[in-house]
Amino acid sequence: SALSAMLRAKTLLRRNSVLQRYASSLVVAEHDGAVLSAGTLSTITAASKIGGDISVLVLGKGLDAVAKNAAGVAGVTKVLVAENDALVNSLAEDVTAVVTQVAKKHTHILAASTNNGKNFMPRAAAILDSSPLSDILAVVDENTFKRPMYAGNAIATMKMTNAHKFLLVRPTAFEKAGSSGSAAPIEAVTLETPVTKSPLSTFLGASVTKSERPDLTAARVVISGGRGMKSAENFALLDSLADKLGGAVGASRAAVDAGYAPNEYQVGQTGKVVAPDLYIAVGISGAIQHLSGMKDSKTIVAINKDKEAPIFAVADFGLVEDLFKAVPEMTSKL
Amino acid sequence: QTLRKVLKMRVIVGVKRVIDYAAKVRVLPDKSGVDLNNVKMSMNPFCEIAIEEAVRLKEKKIVTEIIAVSIGAKGSQESLRTALALGADRAIHIETTARTDQDVQPLAVAKSLKFLAEKEKADLVFVGKQSIDADSAQTGQMLAGLLNWPQVTFASKLEISADKKTAKVSRESDTGSEELQLTLPAVLTADLRLNEPRFASLPNIMKAKKKPIETLTPESITGVDFTPANKVISIEDPPVRQGGIFVDTVDALIDNLKNKAKVI
Repeated sequence: SALSAMLRAKTLLRRNSVLQRYASSLVVAEHDGAVLSAGTLSTITAASKIGGDISVLVLGKGLDAVAKNAAGVAGVTKVLVAENDALVNSLAEDVTAVVTQVAKKHTHILAASTNNGKNFMPRAAAILDSSPLSDILAVVDENTFKRPMYAGNAIATMKMTNAHKFLLVRPTAFEKAGSSGSAAPIEAVTLETPVTKSPLSTFLGASVTKSERPDLTAARVVISGGRGMKSAENFALLDSLADKLGGAVGASRAAVDAGYAPNEYQVGQTGKVVAPDLYIAVGISGAIQHLSGMKDSKTIVAINKDKEAPIFAVADFGLVEDLFKAVPEMTSKL
Repeated sequence: QTLRKVLKMRVIVGVKRVIDYAAKVRVLPDKSGVDLNNVKMSMNPFCEIAIEEAVRLKEKKIVTEIIAVSIGAKGSQESLRTALALGADRAIHIETTARTDQDVQPLAVAKSLKFLAEKEKADLVFVGKQSIDADSAQTGQMLAGLLNWPQVTFASKLEISADKKTAKVSRESDTGSEELQLTLPAVLTADLRLNEPRFASLPNIMKAKKKPIETLTPESITGVDFTPANKVISIEDPPVRQGGIFVDTVDALIDNLKNKAKVI
Protein backbone atom coordinates (compact mmCIF):
# COMPACT_ATOMS: atom_id res chain seq x y z
CA SER A 1 0.00 0.00 0.00
CA ALA A 2 0.95 3.63 -0.30
CA LEU A 3 1.31 3.93 3.45
CA SER A 4 3.70 1.00 3.81
CA ALA A 5 5.69 2.24 0.81
CA MET A 6 6.00 5.59 2.52
CA LEU A 7 7.06 3.99 5.79
CA ARG A 8 9.59 1.86 3.95
CA ALA A 9 10.98 4.95 2.22
CA LYS A 10 11.18 6.74 5.57
CA THR A 11 13.06 3.84 7.17
CA LEU A 12 15.48 3.75 4.25
CA LEU A 13 16.00 7.46 4.51
CA ARG A 14 16.68 7.20 8.22
CA ARG A 15 19.04 4.29 7.69
CA ASN A 16 20.94 6.30 5.07
CA SER A 17 21.33 9.32 7.31
CA VAL A 18 22.56 7.00 10.09
CA LEU A 19 25.04 5.47 7.65
CA GLN A 20 26.31 8.89 6.73
CA ARG A 21 27.04 9.81 10.29
CA TYR A 22 28.51 6.41 11.03
CA ALA A 23 32.23 6.66 11.71
CA SER A 24 34.54 4.50 9.68
CA SER A 25 38.11 4.48 10.93
CA LEU A 26 41.27 3.47 9.14
CA VAL A 27 44.23 2.59 11.35
CA VAL A 28 47.52 2.62 9.45
CA ALA A 29 49.54 -0.11 11.16
CA GLU A 30 53.14 -0.28 12.28
CA HIS A 31 54.49 -3.80 12.43
CA ASP A 32 57.63 -5.91 12.39
CA GLY A 33 56.33 -8.31 9.74
CA ALA A 34 54.79 -10.63 12.38
CA VAL A 35 52.72 -8.57 14.84
CA LEU A 36 51.30 -5.06 15.19
CA SER A 37 53.37 -2.65 17.30
CA ALA A 38 52.21 -1.77 20.83
CA GLY A 39 51.53 1.77 19.57
CA THR A 40 49.21 0.44 16.87
CA LEU A 41 47.29 -1.62 19.46
CA SER A 42 46.76 1.59 21.47
CA THR A 43 45.69 3.38 18.30
CA ILE A 44 43.04 0.68 17.70
CA THR A 45 41.70 1.38 21.21
CA ALA A 46 41.50 5.11 20.37
CA ALA A 47 39.61 4.23 17.17
CA SER A 48 37.17 2.07 19.13
CA LYS A 49 36.34 5.09 21.32
CA ILE A 50 35.31 6.98 18.16
CA GLY A 51 32.84 4.20 17.31
CA GLY A 52 31.94 2.59 14.00
CA ASP A 53 33.98 0.22 11.86
CA ILE A 54 37.74 -0.11 12.22
CA SER A 55 39.83 -1.17 9.25
CA VAL A 56 43.52 -1.82 9.78
CA LEU A 57 45.77 -1.11 6.81
CA VAL A 58 49.03 -3.09 6.74
CA LEU A 59 51.68 -2.11 4.23
CA GLY A 60 54.86 -3.84 3.11
CA LYS A 61 55.87 -7.19 1.74
CA GLY A 62 55.18 -10.71 3.10
CA LEU A 63 52.24 -9.60 5.21
CA ASP A 64 50.39 -12.90 5.81
CA ALA A 65 51.45 -13.26 9.45
CA VAL A 66 50.86 -9.65 10.46
CA ALA A 67 47.50 -9.53 8.64
CA LYS A 68 46.42 -12.62 10.59
CA ASN A 69 47.61 -11.01 13.81
CA ALA A 70 45.70 -7.78 13.04
CA ALA A 71 42.53 -9.74 12.20
CA GLY A 72 42.49 -11.18 15.71
CA VAL A 73 42.71 -7.86 17.55
CA ALA A 74 39.60 -6.78 19.47
CA GLY A 75 37.62 -4.06 17.68
CA VAL A 76 39.05 -4.69 14.23
CA THR A 77 36.32 -5.20 11.60
CA LYS A 78 38.51 -5.59 8.53
CA VAL A 79 42.18 -5.91 7.58
CA LEU A 80 43.33 -4.28 4.35
CA VAL A 81 46.60 -5.55 2.93
CA ALA A 82 48.81 -3.49 0.62
CA GLU A 83 51.60 -5.78 -0.58
CA ASN A 84 54.17 -3.90 -2.61
CA ASP A 85 57.98 -3.79 -2.86
CA ALA A 86 57.78 0.00 -2.83
CA LEU A 87 56.36 -0.03 0.71
CA VAL A 88 59.02 -2.11 2.45
CA ASN A 89 60.98 0.80 3.92
CA SER A 90 57.95 2.96 4.84
CA LEU A 91 59.15 6.02 2.91
CA ALA A 92 56.66 8.86 3.33
CA GLU A 93 56.29 9.44 -0.41
CA ASP A 94 55.33 5.79 -1.09
CA VAL A 95 53.17 5.18 2.00
CA THR A 96 51.26 8.39 1.30
CA ALA A 97 50.42 7.24 -2.23
CA VAL A 98 48.46 4.33 -0.72
CA VAL A 99 47.08 6.02 2.39
CA THR A 100 45.56 8.97 0.49
CA GLN A 101 43.63 6.60 -1.76
CA VAL A 102 42.29 4.42 1.06
CA ALA A 103 41.66 7.41 3.37
CA LYS A 104 39.03 8.83 1.00
CA LYS A 105 36.68 6.01 2.03
CA HIS A 106 37.00 6.72 5.78
CA THR A 107 35.92 9.44 8.21
CA HIS A 108 38.90 8.98 10.55
CA ILE A 109 42.45 8.03 9.67
CA LEU A 110 44.65 7.15 12.64
CA ALA A 111 48.25 6.16 13.27
CA ALA A 112 50.49 5.95 16.31
CA SER A 113 52.34 9.16 17.08
CA THR A 114 55.82 7.79 16.42
CA ASN A 115 58.54 9.21 14.16
CA ASN A 116 57.15 6.95 11.45
CA GLY A 117 53.53 8.08 11.94
CA LYS A 118 54.51 11.74 12.18
CA ASN A 119 56.47 11.33 8.94
CA PHE A 120 53.68 10.25 6.57
CA MET A 121 50.36 11.29 8.20
CA PRO A 122 50.62 15.10 7.79
CA ARG A 123 51.78 14.59 4.19
CA ALA A 124 48.74 12.41 3.44
CA ALA A 125 46.39 14.82 5.23
CA ALA A 126 47.64 17.83 3.25
CA ILE A 127 47.08 16.02 -0.03
CA LEU A 128 43.42 15.54 1.03
CA ASP A 129 43.29 19.20 2.19
CA SER A 130 42.75 18.12 5.79
CA SER A 131 44.15 19.50 9.06
CA PRO A 132 45.44 16.74 11.37
CA LEU A 133 45.64 16.66 15.15
CA SER A 134 48.90 15.36 16.62
CA ASP A 135 49.39 13.37 19.79
CA ILE A 136 45.76 12.99 20.86
CA LEU A 137 45.29 11.98 24.51
CA ALA A 138 41.53 11.46 24.65
CA VAL A 139 38.46 11.04 22.45
CA VAL A 140 35.61 13.31 23.62
CA ASP A 141 33.32 12.48 20.71
CA GLU A 142 33.85 11.54 17.07
CA ASN A 143 34.80 15.13 16.17
CA THR A 144 36.37 16.30 19.41
CA PHE A 145 39.74 15.34 20.86
CA LYS A 146 42.18 16.40 23.57
CA ARG A 147 45.85 17.00 22.89
CA PRO A 148 48.82 18.54 24.73
CA MET A 149 50.52 21.81 23.80
CA TYR A 150 53.52 23.64 25.28
CA ALA A 151 55.34 20.46 26.30
CA GLY A 152 52.24 19.19 28.07
CA ASN A 153 51.72 22.38 30.11
CA ALA A 154 48.36 23.05 28.43
CA ILE A 155 45.71 20.59 27.27
CA ALA A 156 43.67 21.67 24.27
CA THR A 157 40.20 20.33 23.44
CA MET A 158 39.79 20.68 19.67
CA LYS A 159 36.80 20.14 17.39
CA MET A 160 37.65 18.95 13.89
CA THR A 161 35.60 20.09 10.90
CA ASN A 162 37.28 18.33 7.95
CA ALA A 163 35.50 15.39 6.30
CA HIS A 164 38.58 13.18 6.70
CA LYS A 165 39.96 13.51 10.20
CA PHE A 166 43.65 12.60 10.50
CA LEU A 167 44.74 11.73 14.03
CA LEU A 168 48.13 10.85 15.46
CA VAL A 169 47.51 8.97 18.68
CA ARG A 170 49.75 9.15 21.76
CA PRO A 171 50.15 5.43 22.54
CA THR A 172 50.67 5.89 26.28
CA ALA A 173 47.25 7.57 26.61
CA PHE A 174 45.30 4.47 25.49
CA GLU A 175 45.39 0.84 26.66
CA LYS A 176 46.61 -1.70 24.12
CA ALA A 177 43.74 -3.52 22.38
CA GLY A 178 43.65 -7.22 23.30
CA SER A 179 42.72 -10.27 21.32
CA SER A 180 39.12 -10.72 20.14
CA GLY A 181 39.28 -14.50 19.98
CA SER A 182 37.84 -14.32 16.46
CA ALA A 183 39.18 -13.22 13.09
CA ALA A 184 38.12 -10.23 10.99
CA PRO A 185 38.11 -10.64 7.20
CA ILE A 186 41.39 -9.94 5.40
CA GLU A 187 41.35 -8.45 1.90
CA ALA A 188 43.83 -6.99 -0.55
CA VAL A 189 43.39 -3.25 -0.79
CA THR A 190 41.97 -1.97 -4.09
CA LEU A 191 43.72 1.09 -5.47
CA GLU A 192 42.60 3.25 -8.38
CA THR A 193 46.19 4.27 -9.03
CA PRO A 194 48.64 1.40 -8.55
CA VAL A 195 51.70 2.21 -6.45
CA THR A 196 55.08 2.35 -8.11
CA LYS A 197 58.27 3.29 -6.29
CA SER A 198 58.50 7.09 -6.09
CA PRO A 199 61.62 8.46 -7.79
CA LEU A 200 61.68 11.31 -5.24
CA SER A 201 63.22 9.32 -2.41
CA THR A 202 65.41 6.22 -2.15
CA PHE A 203 66.21 4.21 0.98
CA LEU A 204 69.95 3.72 1.40
CA GLY A 205 70.11 2.02 4.78
CA ALA A 206 69.37 2.16 8.49
CA SER A 207 71.38 1.87 11.65
CA VAL A 208 69.36 0.35 14.44
CA THR A 209 70.36 0.40 18.09
CA LYS A 210 70.00 -3.21 19.16
CA SER A 211 68.80 -4.00 22.64
CA GLU A 212 67.73 -7.12 24.50
CA ARG A 213 65.55 -4.99 26.75
CA PRO A 214 61.88 -4.11 26.18
CA ASP A 215 60.94 -1.25 23.87
CA LEU A 216 61.22 2.07 25.70
CA THR A 217 57.72 3.26 24.83
CA ALA A 218 56.06 -0.01 25.84
CA ALA A 219 58.16 -1.02 28.88
CA ARG A 220 56.52 -1.46 32.30
CA VAL A 221 59.62 -0.04 34.01
CA VAL A 222 61.91 2.70 32.66
CA ILE A 223 65.20 3.78 34.22
CA SER A 224 66.53 7.03 32.77
CA GLY A 225 69.86 8.75 33.25
CA GLY A 226 70.74 12.41 32.92
CA ARG A 227 73.80 14.62 32.94
CA GLY A 228 74.57 13.32 36.45
CA MET A 229 75.67 9.98 34.90
CA LYS A 230 78.89 11.74 33.83
CA SER A 231 79.87 9.23 31.11
CA ALA A 232 78.54 6.67 28.65
CA GLU A 233 80.32 3.89 30.60
CA ASN A 234 78.36 4.78 33.73
CA PHE A 235 75.11 4.01 31.92
CA ALA A 236 76.05 0.35 32.59
CA LEU A 237 74.86 1.00 36.17
CA LEU A 238 71.38 1.70 34.78
CA ASP A 239 71.59 -1.34 32.50
CA SER A 240 72.16 -3.60 35.51
CA LEU A 241 69.21 -2.11 37.40
CA ALA A 242 67.02 -2.34 34.27
CA ASP A 243 67.94 -6.02 33.88
CA LYS A 244 66.92 -6.71 37.49
CA LEU A 245 63.54 -4.99 36.96
CA GLY A 246 62.91 -6.16 33.38
CA GLY A 247 62.87 -2.52 32.33
CA ALA A 248 64.11 -0.30 29.52
CA VAL A 249 66.78 2.40 29.74
CA GLY A 250 66.06 6.00 28.74
CA ALA A 251 67.92 9.30 28.91
CA SER A 252 67.43 13.03 29.21
CA ARG A 253 68.42 15.35 26.38
CA ALA A 254 71.43 16.49 28.41
CA ALA A 255 72.71 12.92 28.56
CA VAL A 256 72.10 12.38 24.84
CA ASP A 257 73.74 15.69 23.88
CA ALA A 258 76.75 14.81 26.02
CA GLY A 259 77.05 11.53 24.10
CA TYR A 260 76.31 9.33 27.14
CA ALA A 261 73.34 7.66 25.43
CA PRO A 262 72.07 7.25 21.84
CA ASN A 263 69.44 9.66 20.54
CA GLU A 264 66.63 7.11 20.44
CA TYR A 265 66.92 6.77 24.24
CA GLN A 266 65.72 10.35 24.67
CA VAL A 267 62.57 10.83 26.75
CA GLY A 268 60.82 14.19 26.53
CA GLN A 269 59.01 16.77 24.40
CA THR A 270 61.28 16.15 21.43
CA GLY A 271 62.07 12.53 22.18
CA LYS A 272 59.81 9.68 23.22
CA VAL A 273 56.80 9.87 25.49
CA VAL A 274 56.63 7.09 28.05
CA ALA A 275 54.11 6.28 30.79
CA PRO A 276 55.36 3.12 32.52
CA ASP A 277 54.18 1.77 35.86
CA LEU A 278 57.55 2.78 37.32
CA TYR A 279 59.87 5.54 36.08
CA ILE A 280 63.20 5.95 37.84
CA ALA A 281 64.95 9.24 37.04
CA VAL A 282 68.63 9.04 37.92
CA GLY A 283 70.77 12.17 37.90
CA ILE A 284 68.09 14.08 35.97
CA SER A 285 67.26 17.63 37.08
CA GLY A 286 63.76 17.55 35.55
CA ALA A 287 63.51 20.33 32.94
CA ILE A 288 60.01 21.05 31.55
CA GLN A 289 61.06 19.38 28.29
CA HIS A 290 61.95 16.13 30.08
CA LEU A 291 58.88 16.10 32.35
CA SER A 292 56.75 16.39 29.20
CA GLY A 293 57.80 12.89 28.19
CA MET A 294 57.35 11.02 31.50
CA LYS A 295 55.04 12.83 33.90
CA ASP A 296 52.12 10.49 33.16
CA SER A 297 54.08 7.54 34.57
CA LYS A 298 52.16 5.78 37.34
CA THR A 299 54.94 5.93 39.94
CA ILE A 300 57.95 8.24 39.62
CA VAL A 301 61.18 7.82 41.58
CA ALA A 302 63.91 10.46 41.57
CA ILE A 303 67.47 9.80 42.69
CA ASN A 304 69.48 13.02 42.76
CA LYS A 305 72.11 14.71 44.93
CA ASP A 306 70.42 18.09 44.60
CA LYS A 307 67.42 18.36 46.89
CA GLU A 308 66.21 21.44 44.97
CA ALA A 309 66.07 19.63 41.59
CA PRO A 310 62.64 20.18 39.93
CA ILE A 311 62.31 16.41 39.33
CA PHE A 312 61.41 16.01 43.02
CA ALA A 313 58.25 18.09 42.44
CA VAL A 314 56.75 15.30 40.30
CA ALA A 315 58.36 12.33 42.09
CA ASP A 316 56.29 10.03 44.30
CA PHE A 317 59.46 8.89 46.03
CA GLY A 318 62.58 11.01 46.18
CA LEU A 319 65.98 9.87 47.38
CA VAL A 320 68.58 12.60 47.90
CA GLU A 321 71.81 10.66 47.47
CA ASP A 322 74.82 10.14 45.21
CA LEU A 323 73.57 7.99 42.34
CA PHE A 324 76.91 6.13 42.17
CA LYS A 325 76.16 4.79 45.64
CA ALA A 326 72.37 4.45 45.50
CA VAL A 327 71.96 2.72 42.13
CA PRO A 328 74.42 -0.18 42.74
CA GLU A 329 72.95 -0.63 46.23
CA MET A 330 69.45 -0.80 44.81
CA THR A 331 70.56 -3.27 42.12
CA SER A 332 72.21 -5.54 44.69
CA LYS A 333 69.21 -5.49 47.02
CA LEU A 334 66.58 -6.34 44.43
CA GLN B 1 83.10 23.62 -11.26
CA THR B 2 81.62 26.06 -13.77
CA LEU B 3 78.33 24.23 -13.46
CA ARG B 4 78.40 24.79 -9.72
CA LYS B 5 78.88 28.53 -10.20
CA VAL B 6 76.06 28.85 -12.71
CA LEU B 7 73.43 26.97 -10.73
CA LYS B 8 71.61 29.22 -8.32
CA MET B 9 70.25 27.55 -5.24
CA ARG B 10 67.66 29.34 -3.18
CA VAL B 11 66.51 28.22 0.26
CA ILE B 12 63.39 29.32 2.07
CA VAL B 13 63.54 28.87 5.84
CA GLY B 14 60.36 28.95 7.92
CA VAL B 15 60.82 30.76 11.23
CA LYS B 16 58.30 30.84 14.08
CA ARG B 17 58.19 33.13 17.09
CA VAL B 18 57.08 31.27 20.20
CA ILE B 19 57.06 31.62 23.98
CA ASP B 20 60.67 31.10 25.09
CA TYR B 21 61.43 27.49 25.96
CA ALA B 22 62.40 28.39 29.53
CA ALA B 23 59.37 30.62 30.25
CA LYS B 24 56.52 29.42 32.43
CA VAL B 25 53.29 28.93 30.52
CA ARG B 26 50.08 30.24 32.12
CA VAL B 27 46.63 29.14 30.95
CA LEU B 28 44.09 32.01 30.77
CA PRO B 29 41.20 31.77 33.28
CA ASP B 30 38.62 31.86 30.45
CA LYS B 31 40.30 28.76 28.92
CA SER B 32 40.67 30.46 25.52
CA GLY B 33 44.42 29.91 25.33
CA VAL B 34 47.68 30.51 27.14
CA ASP B 35 48.69 34.03 28.18
CA LEU B 36 50.90 35.65 25.54
CA ASN B 37 51.18 39.00 27.34
CA ASN B 38 54.30 39.91 29.32
CA VAL B 39 56.00 36.64 28.54
CA LYS B 40 59.41 36.25 26.91
CA MET B 41 59.18 35.32 23.22
CA SER B 42 62.00 34.02 21.05
CA MET B 43 62.69 32.07 17.89
CA ASN B 44 61.54 28.44 18.06
CA PRO B 45 64.72 26.41 18.83
CA PHE B 46 64.21 24.05 15.86
CA CYS B 47 63.90 27.04 13.50
CA GLU B 48 67.32 28.26 14.68
CA ILE B 49 68.73 24.90 13.63
CA ALA B 50 67.01 25.20 10.23
CA ILE B 51 68.52 28.67 9.69
CA GLU B 52 71.96 27.44 10.77
CA GLU B 53 71.85 24.62 8.24
CA ALA B 54 70.97 27.04 5.43
CA VAL B 55 73.77 29.41 6.46
CA ARG B 56 76.30 26.56 6.51
CA LEU B 57 75.28 25.62 2.95
CA LYS B 58 75.78 29.23 1.89
CA GLU B 59 79.21 29.30 3.52
CA LYS B 60 80.09 26.17 1.55
CA LYS B 61 79.00 28.06 -1.60
CA ILE B 62 76.27 25.52 -2.32
CA VAL B 63 73.38 27.87 -1.58
CA THR B 64 73.24 31.32 -3.17
CA GLU B 65 70.33 32.95 -1.35
CA ILE B 66 68.47 32.41 1.94
CA ILE B 67 64.96 33.81 2.43
CA ALA B 68 63.54 33.69 5.97
CA VAL B 69 59.74 33.60 6.22
CA SER B 70 57.54 34.09 9.27
CA ILE B 71 53.79 34.23 9.83
CA GLY B 72 52.45 36.05 12.86
CA ALA B 73 52.06 39.30 14.74
CA LYS B 74 54.36 42.33 14.33
CA GLY B 75 56.77 40.78 16.85
CA SER B 76 57.63 38.08 14.31
CA GLN B 77 59.82 40.70 12.65
CA GLU B 78 62.20 40.40 15.62
CA SER B 79 62.66 36.71 14.85
CA LEU B 80 63.18 37.59 11.18
CA ARG B 81 65.85 40.14 12.19
CA THR B 82 67.54 37.38 14.18
CA ALA B 83 67.43 35.14 11.10
CA LEU B 84 68.96 37.97 9.04
CA ALA B 85 71.67 38.51 11.65
CA LEU B 86 72.45 34.79 11.53
CA GLY B 87 72.97 34.95 7.76
CA ALA B 88 69.65 35.06 5.87
CA ASP B 89 69.72 37.50 2.94
CA ARG B 90 66.17 38.81 3.08
CA ALA B 91 62.90 38.12 4.84
CA ILE B 92 59.19 37.90 4.20
CA HIS B 93 56.67 38.55 6.96
CA ILE B 94 53.05 37.45 6.55
CA GLU B 95 51.42 39.62 9.18
CA THR B 96 48.38 38.39 11.08
CA THR B 97 46.92 39.04 14.51
CA ALA B 98 45.58 35.45 14.71
CA ARG B 99 47.21 33.30 17.40
CA THR B 100 49.96 31.22 15.80
CA ASP B 101 50.01 28.66 18.64
CA GLN B 102 46.44 27.47 18.07
CA ASP B 103 44.55 29.31 15.29
CA VAL B 104 47.05 29.57 12.43
CA GLN B 105 47.32 25.85 11.78
CA PRO B 106 50.07 23.92 9.97
CA LEU B 107 47.96 23.41 6.81
CA ALA B 108 47.64 27.19 6.27
CA VAL B 109 51.35 27.66 7.01
CA ALA B 110 52.27 24.86 4.59
CA LYS B 111 50.05 26.38 1.87
CA SER B 112 51.64 29.80 2.44
CA LEU B 113 55.13 28.31 2.19
CA LYS B 114 54.10 26.52 -1.00
CA PHE B 115 52.90 29.82 -2.48
CA LEU B 116 56.23 31.46 -1.60
CA ALA B 117 58.36 28.48 -2.69
CA GLU B 118 56.75 28.68 -6.12
CA LYS B 119 56.87 32.48 -6.31
CA GLU B 120 60.51 32.65 -5.25
CA LYS B 121 61.52 29.53 -7.21
CA ALA B 122 63.03 27.91 -4.13
CA ASP B 123 65.10 24.72 -4.47
CA LEU B 124 64.90 23.79 -0.79
CA VAL B 125 62.61 24.63 2.11
CA PHE B 126 63.87 24.15 5.67
CA VAL B 127 61.66 24.22 8.75
CA GLY B 128 62.09 22.98 12.30
CA LYS B 129 60.73 19.51 13.13
CA GLN B 130 58.14 21.07 15.45
CA SER B 131 57.27 24.32 17.18
CA ILE B 132 57.50 24.09 20.95
CA ASP B 133 54.16 25.87 21.45
CA ALA B 134 51.71 23.85 19.30
CA ASP B 135 53.95 20.73 19.28
CA SER B 136 52.26 19.59 16.04
CA ALA B 137 55.26 18.47 13.94
CA GLN B 138 53.24 18.75 10.71
CA THR B 139 54.20 21.78 8.58
CA GLY B 140 57.20 20.41 6.68
CA GLN B 141 55.50 17.15 5.76
CA MET B 142 52.35 18.97 4.61
CA LEU B 143 54.41 21.35 2.49
CA ALA B 144 56.28 18.46 0.86
CA GLY B 145 52.95 16.75 0.11
CA LEU B 146 51.42 19.90 -1.40
CA LEU B 147 54.48 20.53 -3.58
CA ASN B 148 54.93 16.83 -4.37
CA TRP B 149 58.57 17.17 -3.27
CA PRO B 150 60.46 14.55 -1.27
CA GLN B 151 60.85 15.13 2.46
CA VAL B 152 63.37 14.38 5.14
CA THR B 153 61.82 14.80 8.57
CA PHE B 154 63.80 14.81 11.83
CA ALA B 155 66.92 15.39 9.73
CA SER B 156 70.27 14.88 11.43
CA LYS B 157 72.52 15.19 8.36
CA LEU B 158 72.32 16.77 4.91
CA GLU B 159 74.80 16.47 2.05
CA ILE B 160 74.00 18.02 -1.32
CA SER B 161 75.59 16.44 -4.42
CA ALA B 162 78.03 18.46 -6.55
CA ASP B 163 75.49 18.81 -9.38
CA LYS B 164 72.87 20.00 -6.85
CA LYS B 165 70.37 17.48 -8.18
CA THR B 166 70.24 15.10 -5.23
CA ALA B 167 70.89 15.06 -1.48
CA LYS B 168 72.02 12.33 0.88
CA VAL B 169 70.24 12.73 4.18
CA SER B 170 70.00 11.03 7.57
CA ARG B 171 66.92 11.12 9.74
CA GLU B 172 66.20 10.12 13.32
CA SER B 173 63.93 7.06 13.31
CA ASP B 174 62.16 5.29 16.17
CA THR B 175 64.94 2.72 16.46
CA GLY B 176 68.05 4.63 15.36
CA SER B 177 68.65 6.45 12.12
CA GLU B 178 67.92 6.06 8.41
CA GLU B 179 69.85 7.18 5.36
CA LEU B 180 67.96 8.32 2.28
CA GLN B 181 68.72 9.86 -1.09
CA LEU B 182 66.35 12.62 -2.21
CA THR B 183 65.82 14.17 -5.63
CA LEU B 184 65.91 17.97 -5.29
CA PRO B 185 63.94 20.18 -4.78
CA ALA B 186 63.08 18.94 -1.29
CA VAL B 187 61.73 19.85 2.13
CA LEU B 188 63.77 19.29 5.30
CA THR B 189 62.60 19.42 8.93
CA ALA B 190 65.45 19.93 11.38
CA ASP B 191 66.06 17.73 14.40
CA LEU B 192 68.17 18.85 17.37
CA ARG B 193 71.04 16.68 16.09
CA LEU B 194 71.40 18.49 12.76
CA ASN B 195 73.79 21.17 13.99
CA GLU B 196 74.73 23.54 16.79
CA PRO B 197 73.29 26.98 15.96
CA ARG B 198 75.66 29.97 16.26
CA PHE B 199 75.00 33.21 18.09
CA ALA B 200 74.54 36.39 16.07
CA SER B 201 77.54 38.73 16.43
CA LEU B 202 76.99 42.42 17.11
CA PRO B 203 78.30 43.55 13.67
CA ASN B 204 75.95 41.04 12.04
CA ILE B 205 73.01 42.31 14.12
CA MET B 206 73.84 45.84 12.90
CA LYS B 207 74.12 44.65 9.29
CA ALA B 208 70.81 42.81 9.59
CA LYS B 209 69.03 46.11 10.22
CA LYS B 210 69.75 47.11 6.63
CA LYS B 211 68.49 43.86 5.11
CA PRO B 212 64.99 43.98 3.59
CA ILE B 213 61.83 42.56 5.20
CA GLU B 214 58.85 42.39 2.85
CA THR B 215 55.46 42.46 4.58
CA LEU B 216 52.50 40.58 3.11
CA THR B 217 48.92 40.10 4.28
CA PRO B 218 47.28 36.66 4.54
CA GLU B 219 44.81 37.86 1.86
CA SER B 220 47.67 38.35 -0.61
CA ILE B 221 48.67 34.69 -0.33
CA THR B 222 46.58 33.27 -3.17
CA GLY B 223 44.60 30.14 -2.45
CA VAL B 224 45.17 29.99 1.31
CA ASP B 225 42.27 30.04 3.74
CA PHE B 226 43.63 30.89 7.18
CA THR B 227 40.38 29.89 8.95
CA PRO B 228 41.36 27.05 11.31
CA ALA B 229 39.77 23.70 10.44
CA ASN B 230 40.29 22.57 14.03
CA LYS B 231 38.41 24.82 16.46
CA VAL B 232 39.57 25.42 20.01
CA ILE B 233 36.88 24.38 22.49
CA SER B 234 39.09 24.99 25.53
CA ILE B 235 42.70 25.17 26.68
CA GLU B 236 43.20 23.94 30.23
CA ASP B 237 45.88 23.15 32.78
CA PRO B 238 47.04 19.53 32.83
CA PRO B 239 46.07 17.43 35.85
CA VAL B 240 48.33 18.10 38.85
CA ARG B 241 50.26 15.21 40.40
CA GLN B 242 49.83 14.49 44.08
CA GLY B 243 52.87 15.52 46.11
CA GLY B 244 55.34 12.74 46.90
CA ILE B 245 57.62 11.93 49.81
CA PHE B 246 61.35 11.86 50.42
CA VAL B 247 62.86 8.59 51.62
CA ASP B 248 66.17 8.42 53.49
CA THR B 249 67.61 5.10 52.37
CA VAL B 250 67.62 2.68 49.45
CA ASP B 251 65.93 0.14 51.75
CA ALA B 252 63.05 2.54 52.42
CA LEU B 253 62.75 3.21 48.69
CA ILE B 254 62.56 -0.50 47.83
CA ASP B 255 60.07 -1.07 50.65
CA ASN B 256 57.80 1.71 49.34
CA LEU B 257 57.98 0.45 45.76
CA LYS B 258 57.16 -3.11 46.89
CA ASN B 259 54.53 -2.50 49.53
CA LYS B 260 53.01 0.92 48.95
CA ALA B 261 53.19 1.53 45.19
CA LYS B 262 53.30 -2.24 44.44
CA VAL B 263 55.27 -1.68 41.24
CA ILE B 264 58.16 -4.12 41.85
